[in-house]
Amino acid sequence: MDNLKFEEPILALEQRIRSLSESGGDRPEVKEEIRELRKELTELTRKIYSELNAWDVVQVARHKDRPHTVDYLSLVFDEFVELHGDKFFGDDRAIRTGFAKLDDIKVLVVGHQKGRTYQERSECYFGCAHPEGYRKAMSKMRLAAKYGLPVICLIDTPGAYPGIGAEERGQAQVIAENMFEMSRLETPIVCVVIGEGGSGGALGIGVGDRVAMLEFSYYSVISPEGCAGILWKSAEHASKAANALRFTSKDLEKFGIVDAAIPEPLGGAHRDHHQTASRLKAYLLKSLRELAGVPTEQLLAERYEKFRRMGQFLTVEPAEA
Amino acid sequence: MGLPLRDFRDSIDPEMGLTPEGRTVSDGHGIRATRLERDGSTDSGRPCWVRGSSLEAALAPGSLHGPTVSSTILAGWQASMSSTEPATSETATPMTEESSPRRKKRGVPEGLWLRCAGCQAAVFRREAEKRLNVCPECGYHFYVSGPQRIAQVLDEGTFEEWDADLRPTDPLGFQDKRAYADRIVAEQKRTGLSDAALTGKGRVRARPVAIGVTDSAFIMGSMGSVVGERLTRLVERATEQRLPLIIISASGGGARMHEGIFSLMQMAKVSAALARYDQAGGLFISVLTNPTMGGVAASFASLGDVVFAEPKALIGFAGPRTIKATIRIELPEGFQTSEFLLEHGYIDRIVPRDKLKSEIARTIDYCGM
Ligand SMILES: [Zn+2]
Repeated sequence: MDNLKFEEPILALEQRIRSLSESGGDRPEVKEEIRELRKELTELTRKIYSELNAWDVVQVARHKDRPHTVDYLSLVFDEFVELHGDKFFGDDRAIRTGFAKLDDIKVLVVGHQKGRTYQERSECYFGCAHPEGYRKAMSKMRLAAKYGLPVICLIDTPGAYPGIGAEERGQAQVIAENMFEMSRLETPIVCVVIGEGGSGGALGIGVGDRVAMLEFSYYSVISPEGCAGILWKSAEHASKAANALRFTSKDLEKFGIVDAAIPEPLGGAHRDHHQTASRLKAYLLKSLRELAGVPTEQLLAERYEKFRRMGQFLTVEPAEA
Repeated sequence: MGLPLRDFRDSIDPEMGLTPEGRTVSDGHGIRATRLERDGSTDSGRPCWVRGSSLEAALAPGSLHGPTVSSTILAGWQASMSSTEPATSETATPMTEESSPRRKKRGVPEGLWLRCAGCQAAVFRREAEKRLNVCPECGYHFYVSGPQRIAQVLDEGTFEEWDADLRPTDPLGFQDKRAYADRIVAEQKRTGLSDAALTGKGRVRARPVAIGVTDSAFIMGSMGSVVGERLTRLVERATEQRLPLIIISASGGGARMHEGIFSLMQMAKVSAALARYDQAGGLFISVLTNPTMGGVAASFASLGDVVFAEPKALIGFAGPRTIKATIRIELPEGFQTSEFLLEHGYIDRIVPRDKLKSEIARTIDYCGM
């Protein structure tokens, strides 16, 4: 999956512009042609990206060039002081935690890390955290609460790791405990899904006062492949499952599950890391400012209510029940 | 380790572990019908847990116990299982329960005999029922329905159901090979339940408790908005009324994918309610039964102050098939069983079904609630 199928016309046009400017970019008639093509490219990209279906969005969310947590650590924050280890079993590289400065605000950052090279990706299990990752996240978040630092969680995982060791060390228990503790953690928490919001693995660092998504990320109860495997009996139907699950930022904003869908630069975050980072930063700053003055009791009450409201069901007449 | 991304993605999602649960219900319906007759009546003489269910609408009153009904239910089950449940090789593991003698011996009304998956013995159904659906030969624990569970744990006639008026809806307009809206109706007819959880209050050896159970027969006991809302209200009322809280889980399906993100968020919702209950000093006894997987295991089921499990239940986060597909090695013997979890420190006690009621009562006494 090096190039996205639906991006092929964009890539072709980009290539044409590149070769034109290389061959004779200083000649006035060529300059004019390039200008026209650039305009065309903008229109084409806008058109293609406004018509993405849910399965296309999944491909964008998984794009190899999409910015990951470590990219944002350098682009969004002025400093990052990594804190390792869960003081219990190990230091899961699929979740990074540490102190950071957001302008002049001291914060604690927790984020899934996927890695880009094969070696990096193996080291972080492609962003699939083990129990020690969730334990590490929780212990650093407690530290943050103790010293009054707000917490920022960057979510980007296909799901919590499914393996023997993960089960032996309590994958189910740590995710449950994290939600339980985060719901009452006495400091502001802002969560942003930056790529893949894979189920319990995402929710394990996903309970906060603000929950947002980057425009072309997704947040789902199950991976489209997993859903297709169960309901359509084959992972090949993943695109159908993706569209049925309604998990894009647009849908989740409409459902009231996320507070904001942060717009990505034209053609997706992978085209412009800096622009994406600055939009993410603006959202984080705005959210932290809103939450800064809120008394803890009110903060926790509102956090509870935020999740309490989630769910859709009918109530029938007592006579029927 | 080198984990090729594609291979992982091609596998089944951790949250929706494939479990053999689908197979466990085959003979449960006959048992359920019988149990309804025996234990299910309320003052009005009606089984309280089927009030308002589509089953009642679909069937003439009082016909619940007749053979016609059972065959209707069974037919519904077969139709539903073939389209809902993944074919899984795990069906042959010790976690699998009764085979379906009724299918083999159609002439025998109601299946007088059960085939035990634990010891392969043919077990006289009434003998198993007398032992709370435990095999008299080998102690194997068969499926029990939510209503049966309530009857087994609470003092007779003390159950008062809460939030029976909630009904599932279809927020996504979800459609796979079948529309979720139709699936709900079919499951309601087949099980006599309005959704996979049943909640309320009652007494355990005269001790007042708030109690919730999930039933693995209803879309694999999965948690959608109704299950999440019923459990959250249960926890909130237990907090207000200062009642000990018991939740008995039988959920192979984890978070229900047909309700998408709403199901996922129920995990956070119930967990947050439990955090408040904990803050208020409440005692939560979580009982894990076969199977408890995925988003249910990764939320309320794991948050008990005291955690019990029935023997040999399948309990875990990711389904065995998902794990096998990911790591590509055979799973160890007894992996993800109650005994495995006890050994790894996640369960306080393994409690056989016939001891569950007294163990719950004793724990309440120790914790002074
Ligand atoms: Zn047996």
